[in-house]
Formats: sequence, C-alpha cells, structure tokens
Amino acid sequence: MIDWSPVLLSLRVGLSALVVIFVLGTLAARAMTRRHFPGKDVVDGLLVLPLVLPPVVTGFLLLVLLGRNGPVGRFLEGAFGVRLLFTLHAAVLAAVVVAFPLMYQSAKAAFQSVDTRLEDAARTLGAGEARVFLTVTLPLAWPGLVAGTVLSFARSLGEFGATVMVAGNIPGETTTVPLAIFFLADAGDLRAAGIYALVISALSMAMVVALNVWTRRRRPGWMRR
Amino acid sequence: MRFRPPFLLVLALVSCRDRAPAPRVTLTVAAAASLYEVVTELDSLYRTEHPDVAVRATFGASGALRQQIEQGAPVDVFISASERHVDALQRAGMVDPRSRRVFAGNELVVVARMSAATGIYSFQDLALPQVQRVALGAPASVPAGEYAEQVLRSLGIAEAVARKAVYAQNVRQVLAYVERGQVDAGIVYLTDVRAVRGVWVVATAPPASHAPITYPLVLVSRSPHHEDARAYAAFLLGPRGREVLARRGFSLP
Repeated sequence: MIDWSPVLLSLRVGLSALVVIFVLGTLAARAMTRRHFPGKDVVDGLLVLPLVLPPVVTGFLLLVLLGRNGPVGRFLEGAFGVRLLFTLHAAVLAAVVVAFPLMYQSAKAAFQSVDTRLEDAARTLGAGEARVFLTVTLPLAWPGLVAGTVLSFARSLGEFGATVMVAGNIPGETTTVPLAIFFLADAGDLRAAGIYALVISALSMAMVVALNVWTRRRRPGWMRR
Repeated sequence: MRFRPPFLLVLALVSCRDRAPAPRVTLTVAAAASLYEVVTELDSLYRTEHPDVAVRATFGASGALRQQIEQGAPVDVFISASERHVDALQRAGMVDPRSRRVFAGNELVVVARMSAATGIYSFQDLALPQVQRVALGAPASVPAGEYAEQVLRSLGIAEAVARKAVYAQNVRQVLAYVERGQVDAGIVYLTDVRAVRGVWVVATAPPASHAPITYPLVLVSRSPHHEDARAYAAFLLGPRGREVLARRGFSLP
C-alpha cells in the first residue's frame, strides 16, 4: 500500500512556495527593472545566487542562518518563540529560496519587454501608478510571469538538497516526494521509489499542462478591462 | 523586502490540519539512513507501549545529521553510522558523553553476482589475476570504503586491489555495479545486501582485520526531554531493539 503523505506534503510545499514566489518574484523583478540605485548589480546577483549554488550549499547556508546560533534563527526564537528547523515551514522556505530566481529572471525579462511608451500613454490619460501597473504592465508581462511561475513551481516540487538540510527527513511531517524517492532507493525499495517517481512526474506534467492551457485561453478577469 | 505578509499566509496555508489529542512529549531521533527500517519498526513498537510519547525520526547521512544538531535542530537522540561524528559533537559539548552506547554493529563482506562464476571465495581472492574490477566506497567519504581499505591493508593486498578498484560514492552504487556485472566483486556492509536480489555474500571480513563497525547512540545535551529520551534510548538498547536488529542482519554489541 502506497503512503500518500509525501505526495500531499509535496503539494503543500509546492503550492505555498508558489504563492510566495509569485508575489515576491513579481515585486522584486518590477523594482529591479524600473529603479536604479548603487549596488544594483550586487543585489541582482544575490537574488539569482541560489540558482547557481548547489542546493545542498544553499541548504547549508540556510541551516546556519536559521540555526540556534544564526541571526535569523535567534531572532525568530527570541521574538516569536518560533523554531523553523525540522518543520514544513522550513521546507517551504527552502523551496522559495531555491526556486525564486527562476520566477525573478522570467519576470524581469517580461517587464523589460513591456513597451514603456504604452505605460506613458496610460499616464497621460490620467491613470495612477497602481492602475498603470495592474492594467497595462501586468497584462503585457503576463506570459512571462506565467512561464516563471510554471518553472519555479516545478523546481520547488522537485527540491531536495536544501530541503533535506533544513527540514530534515521526518516521514509524515517533512518527507516530500523527492526525499522519499531518494531514501527508498537508498534502502533498495526500487518499486516504491518508482511509484513515487511516476506520481510526481504525472503531477508535474498535469500542473504544467493545466497552467499552459489556462493561460492561453484567458487572463484573469481583472486584467481584461 | 516585503516579507512578512506572504510568509504569514504560508503559515496559514501549511498549518491548517487537525491532529489527534497531543501526546505529552514529542521526541525526535536523528538516525543514519541505513537504520531506516530498524528505527521505524522500533518506533511503532514504542508508540504502542507508550501512547503518551510521540517519537518522530529523521533520517540522513550521519555527517549531515551532525551538522543539523550543531546548528540547533531539535534532536533528542542521535544514532550515527560512525563514531567520528559523535566524537566531534562530544568535543563540542553538544551530546551527553555518559549516555553514549553502542546501538548496533555491522560486518564487512565481499559480494558477487549470483550467476557469475567468479572464483572468489575470500577477501584474499580479490588479488587473483582473473578478478579484473572490484568496487568499493571512496575511502575518504564513504565509511564502508574506509573499513574496506583497512581489511585489504591488513591482508597485505591493498596495492594489488587498488589497481583494479572502482570507487563509488555510496554503498548502493557498489551494489548496483555488482548487480549489473560491471565489476567482478564489491565490498559492502552485510546489511546492505538484503536490499538487492541477484547478489550474494561470498566472504566476510575477519573481525580482527578492521576497526569494529559500530553505530553509536547518544543523547543530545540540549534536549528538553532528557528523562523521556533516556527511557526511549533504554528501549532501543533493550531486548526489543536487539531482536529487531538481529532480524535485519545487524550484529549486536
């Protein structure tokens, strides 16, 4: 009998990370395409860093940051009594950090491709900045944003290296599908590992196809005014 | 960076689940991946005997588990696949030296493909000319490879075998090489062989030829549940633990 908890945990991590990454990635990309400030290239490099670092290294850095002696870990525990290590929140955080650059890069490219004259035209017609962003910039950048979302969702669903460092591998609590596959294969249970591999492949395929179909057909209602 | 609002949203998203009445304490045991079946089985036994104590286990490479403990991960009991990592934690004062026990032992064996007539019947035979490829773990990073090298050296065939050695990143890979016939023989732990069909044990290393292969168990100093952790450790080290270990092919301390 197959244990479904890794699948449910993976979905929860993937969907939670998706929401955070979409919002943060869009805002960060927007800010970085329109604003100029000293040290911008360094900030840009930092935001993309998790893409080039091996995930285990990212995980180790997160572990040090979130740990009892790390600045973030000490702050969270002191201020809120929250401990992140070995919880599903840590898995979400690992997925967010590792998959964020994919959203950020796609969104940045999308915003850069938006013709600023169209935005200026909207402004001359009296639209405020928020309205320009929501009704002109965002709809024009939408395909790129969706591509980034799909990529980063797929990446966070498959996240292993950073997750195993900060969230541990606690069956039923933090063991997502990639962790389950790795440890089942390690224990020699190739049949169960194969089943999970099929499930996650089918799941990722379904999500990607669904997102593609949905975005080709329509943009969200509030964008079609 | 606007971090907090979405983060709280995530907390809300991932926190919405109901649970049965909470047990009095939750113990976390960090165990070497090779002990997965043993610890999982013992935990479920412990749960039926002590319904007021919940035990959750996390599994991984011993070195990674050690780093997590060093960084303050909430671990109460640590079972490592090598003494080295417990030594390091002990030097740092992070584990209670008085609680340190040997949980289990293991043996080093030579394996070959069942269908192949390799003519290998002992460790010494690995030096024979008809044996062309031998797989073992990379000694620097894989403990099984480190032990294998000790055995080969004590038998005086280290040089002869080194010339035909294929170094793998972990024991699973050694077994895969043997299973697919890419090598004539491999050196692994006895308990690893159960995972693979079509591979059989042709020889066991003489006990005196290598340092004892042991899995140390230790309580983490910072654990807030010291008494419960002690009781749980006593259960693992007791007759139930020994019975499960023996059935899974581990040797007993």
